Amino acid sequence: MANQKIISRNTKLEDNQYKWGFELDIDSETAPKGINPEIIKFISKKKKEPEWMYEWRMKAYNHWIKKGDSEPTWANIKYPKINYQDIIYYAAPKSNDSAPQSLDDVDPELITAFNKLGIPLEEQKKLTGVAVDAVLDSVSVATTYKDMLKKAGVIFCSMSEAIQNHPELVKKYLGSVVPYSDNFFATLNSAAFTDGSFVYVPPKVRCPIELMTYFRINQEDSGQFERTLIIADEGSYVSYLEGCTAPMRKTSQLHAAVVELVALKDAEIKYSTLQNWYPGNKDGEGGVYNFVTKRGICKGQNSKISWTQVETGSAITWKYPSVILQGDNSIGEFYSVALVNNFQQADTGTKMIHVGKNTKSTIIAKGISAGKAQNTYRGQVKVLPTAKNAKNFTQCDSLLIGDKCGAHTIPYIEVNNPTAQMGHEATTSKVNDDQLFYLQQRGISLEEANYMIINGFCRGIFKELPFEFAMEASQLLKVSLEGTVG
Amino acid sequence: MIKEKSLLEIKNLHVSVDDDIKILNGINLTIKLGEIHVIMGPNGSGKSTLANVLSGRPGYNIDKGEIIFKGEDITSQDPEIRARNGMFLAFQYPMELPGVRTWQFLKSSVDAIRLHNELPELKIKEFDKLLEEKKEIVEMNSELLKRSVNEGFSGGEKKRNEILQLSLLNPTFAMLDETDSGLDIDALQIVAKGVKNYHNNNNSVMLVTHYQRILNHLSPDYIHVLMDGKIVKSGDKSLSLELESKGYEWIRESILKQS
Repeated sequence: MANQKIISRNTKLEDNQYKWGFELDIDSETAPKGINPEIIKFISKKKKEPEWMYEWRMKAYNHWIKKGDSEPTWANIKYPKINYQDIIYYAAPKSNDSAPQSLDDVDPELITAFNKLGIPLEEQKKLTGVAVDAVLDSVSVATTYKDMLKKAGVIFCSMSEAIQNHPELVKKYLGSVVPYSDNFFATLNSAAFTDGSFVYVPPKVRCPIELMTYFRINQEDSGQFERTLIIADEGSYVSYLEGCTAPMRKTSQLHAAVVELVALKDAEIKYSTLQNWYPGNKDGEGGVYNFVTKRGICKGQNSKISWTQVETGSAITWKYPSVILQGDNSIGEFYSVALVNNFQQADTGTKMIHVGKNTKSTIIAKGISAGKAQNTYRGQVKVLPTAKNAKNFTQCDSLLIGDKCGAHTIPYIEVNNPTAQMGHEATTSKVNDDQLFYLQQRGISLEEANYMIINGFCRGIFKELPFEFAMEASQLLKVSLEGTVG
Repeated sequence: MIKEKSLLEIKNLHVSVDDDIKILNGINLTIKLGEIHVIMGPNGSGKSTLANVLSGRPGYNIDKGEIIFKGEDITSQDPEIRARNGMFLAFQYPMELPGVRTWQFLKSSVDAIRLHNELPELKIKEFDKLLEEKKEIVEMNSELLKRSVNEGFSGGEKKRNEILQLSLLNPTFAMLDETDSGLDIDALQIVAKGVKNYHNNNNSVMLVTHYQRILNHLSPDYIHVLMDGKIVKSGDKSLSLELESKGYEWIRESILKQS
């Protein structure tokens, strides 16, 4: 295997402040607030998009308008009504007007900003590490390692570039897994998405490095609507990482992304997320509303899609990374740690739709609740009549810290083929005082003891992450819990 | 420190749990450096409570009395501070810590105590060398170090893990709470060997046990009999033999006679 070392990002954390909460000082070119055909035209024009793209956006917009107020209400989350006309749908750092050709062309202020975030874009030239696409507010600012990837035939670029340079692929696959009419938020995204990442791995190619996108919302009152599309052609493999941060704001920010994965015959996609959007303050003010639609399709036989997510941020998380197991013998996996603290609310889980024969899915979801937060696992396993010998194993574990938080587990299982084998295990526990005392008796502080036990609870998920990402996940967990235990 | 100096002084210790159930009713005990003290007594007499209270376990009310360790009143000190100052408890029922690797647990513990003593954390190589040496003493299988702490360990493996921690941390004062219970003869010998290997003139041991057999491997200085939360009789090693053959009732009777 080629060098899989990934760049290390500084995660040293001094206190329980949200360390990522500084504000970038870059003039953005922003659209006026609100969404209407004018704004969509503005975005499309800004991005110099071809006509077909603009038409697709408008189809989505019209659908969104036609459906009216169809915001989903079934999730176990409460939030004030979102005024969709009070959001800025496009905010670009000004210096991006002439797109950078290399790191040298990138605004040095942006580089500083990313260094502050702990993404050493500068260092990337030296390290054979991860190819990073950083999306600031709505626009992709730098994609590194293009040359190396080019040699391997891998396309890794911003969605805007893909629309320009690879229209045939975008046309074929965009909306093929998550159609524009899929749900309220996905429809809004289809109309208004501003950028995102695009990956195409050609047949039989094992992507030589981990690919990574870093998302950040900077502009106040702006939403982020990125769109990611990953296509793994026959017999290929790609591992993709995504990280997210946002500055501290009193007002809430909307993030409505769509991610689509397509794995063809014998292909494998591994998609890892560290979601650390601003969670709001301890009184529940501010924070990101994270309404995300993520879905993959195992289109060909023997294909595999694996979602791993560590969700520690956002005031509200509404997200269900799913897999449609269409190809025979295909495999879907979902590994999740969702941590909520203070007033955070998470309603997250997955859907595994078994269509093909001998398809197999594994769901391991760990929920941690602290403070006054509410955590819900919501999952669906559906076995269609065609899915002979389908297998699923689901495990949902909840850990409660304190007595004012909640954990909820809502698994739906729908089996339409008698040969299916389903397994479900669920546990709810509290951090045990005897375990804590055992660690304390060995000289370990109460806070560290709590952290060790919680980290142990998540170990099965962290081991699914690339090594350095796992280290960071564990750090994130620690900082998210600071002050709540001990 | 000189041998005659007392390491631990327990003065008139009264302990209760919720609903005012009194468990310890005025314990007085002084343990000097280099000594091995054995606490025996019938079930429910307060032996484990004594060890737990000394190590600072939450859930007990100290109604009266004080605990002096190394000349300092530690009656209300946090358990981790006591541990860092050299107090160790080998648990009667060692806890399982799912997902926490044994190796990591041992290293964190060694480092926490080293940092407290203003020593740098051990480098991985240094720690592995130390661990290699210590695990030989208790004949611990290396595979166990990769597993979660005590998870799926047999009873004997859990107890050996406790003695491994004793060897690694090398505390000034070690309490062993029925570490010999439920062990087969081979495991008992290994545990006894571990304790023997650890013990010297610069540390002290308080052994809570029901059985005389482990004492064959060690040379205790004092045997104390705990009944109804009080030390009712103290003696030398011969007392343990007497208890083994006669049980506890004769002591109770002799107390009644006296009063």
